[in-house]
Amino acid sequence: MNRWLLPEAIEDILPAQARRVETLRRALLDIFAGHGYELVIPPLLEHVESLLTGSGHDLDLRTFKLVDQTSGRTLGLRADITPQVARIDAHLLNRRGVARLCYCGTVLHTLPAGFNATREPLQLGAEIYGHAGIEADIEIVRLLAEVLHHAGLVTSRIDLGHVGLFRTLVKMAGVGAEAGMEIFAALQAKDVSTLEILLSGAPEPARGALLALPDLYGGVEVLVRARQVLPAGVTAHLDDLERLASALGDLPISFDLSELRGYHYHSGIVFAAYGEGSPSALALGGRYDLVGEAFGCARPATGFSLDLRELADLAILPAAGAILAPWSGDDQLYAEILRLRAAGEAVVMALPGHAGTWAEAGCDRQLVRHGGQWVIEALLS
Amino acid sequence: MTGITIALSKGRIFDETLPLLAAAGIVPAENPEHSRKLIIGSNRPEVRLVVVRASDVPTYVQYGAADLGIAGKDVLLEHGGAGLYQPLDLNIARCRMCVAAPTGFDYAFAVRRGARLRIATKYVATARAHFATKGVHVDLIKLYGSMELAPLVGLADAIVDLVSSGGTLKANNLAEVEEIMSISSRLIVNQAALKVKRDLLQPVIESFARAVKP
Repeated sequence: MNRWLLPEAIEDILPAQARRVETLRRALLDIFAGHGYELVIPPLLEHVESLLTGSGHDLDLRTFKLVDQTSGRTLGLRADITPQVARIDAHLLNRRGVARLCYCGTVLHTLPAGFNATREPLQLGAEIYGHAGIEADIEIVRLLAEVLHHAGLVTSRIDLGHVGLFRTLVKMAGVGAEAGMEIFAALQAKDVSTLEILLSGAPEPARGALLALPDLYGGVEVLVRARQVLPAGVTAHLDDLERLASALGDLPISFDLSELRGYHYHSGIVFAAYGEGSPSALALGGRYDLVGEAFGCARPATGFSLDLRELADLAILPAAGAILAPWSGDDQLYAEILRLRAAGEAVVMALPGHAGTWAEAGCDRQLVRHGGQWVIEALLS
Repeated sequence: MTGITIALSKGRIFDETLPLLAAAGIVPAENPEHSRKLIIGSNRPEVRLVVVRASDVPTYVQYGAADLGIAGKDVLLEHGGAGLYQPLDLNIARCRMCVAAPTGFDYAFAVRRGARLRIATKYVATARAHFATKGVHVDLIKLYGSMELAPLVGLADAIVDLVSSGGTLKANNLAEVEEIMSISSRLIVNQAALKVKRDLLQPVIESFARAVKP
């Protein structure tokens, strides 16, 4: 076997890309900090029960597991940081008011999640705990919009849905948990013909309403249509979405009432961000008020997370290379180098004897002496 | 790509999709049966078709290489449908997914007795799910074509395959012993494309929906 071969869907991040990832990571964590989100760094490894508690049911088969030599218990390598942060809020912080937390760390998946997917995403996210009102949902969607804007993804959209609609309608239809899961899967695929079969025995108006959900996607006009075709039992959920629509009217938002990602732990407003060039959602988020309960403290919660590697692939970032400076004892050059570095530029000292190789080391400009002055010129490779 | 890319396969699916495309005002510039081009333009400059193997259609759409696709339910079940919307049953290219066995083979008895069956098929995921639901142990043999041959030369006890007229089965002394499901083609849509290019895609989907024959 080749010793340099990496496992499938595991990759090194090489300098050019690593720089983009790190530039974004710093900028986004700074944005979060600017909104008062406190950084937490949960462990890579936990007892598998805690990783899968409440939220993580879907993650069981996607979690790498190993046995702890000191206790014989099964440990999991985290596949999602959100449950860890929920645990920290519910069990460790014990705050009575609002907690805003953010994080950025590597997670591992046994199976890649999709297209070009890595088994080692770099998950970045922000969460608000302790506020059940719509204001928290508004804030978190706005924060996601700011992240996308910062990444230069001007054509991206944020798609909103409400898991409560589905939960209420399934309850009205009186179907069991297993049938509920099948209906859920068909709704996720907007698979109306399968839905018709699954709902053939269900009572009205739940049946008609569930069949109408896949078509209820689009701009804010969807909410008007939804009021006409959905029963009165879901009015409160539509009111939520309407309030969100009017509060976020300046953002590129759309609605999809059959959008239920992660419905196992989501409980209210859910959302997903889509950008041109990416075949699947860039960021996922929503309300998960029931998760804290599993950790001993029911706290309202909403938040989002994304894979920073994927975002860095699509992001439009200024691509400045380094400046090459000749190896020299000239004090004037040294002063200029210090000035440039203080201004945020990267200045690379050319070690003697490597002429012609500096472009591949990331330099795109060079310091050249012209008439007693050090000036920057393009470095042609 | 700001236009619409539609993935579909040659043959029956292409022929039966033409009226639906016409309903959406889309007329392919060429017939793939007579052209070697893999990307075919249309009368609408923003719409192009890509001609791929039937089993590759969901992959092209899932990864966003095409926004829309026409794929048989048989192909979608094998693919798993991840990342796809399947909003419309187009009711074209209809057939059945069946278990078939040599005329002398008592399939019902073999199942009742709890025998371990050797099943040759192209549709491994569908066959595995079907026999698991029945509680029958099977050894699956993946083949890429001419499944009917496998029981005749002792490679398998039975096959899982698509049947439309039954002519090939009869010609090879096989008989349909169990219907697994009826099959037709679906319109599939990339999930992100439906969000980002809704203005372009929604009218096409709606025209297809109106043109589907019951």
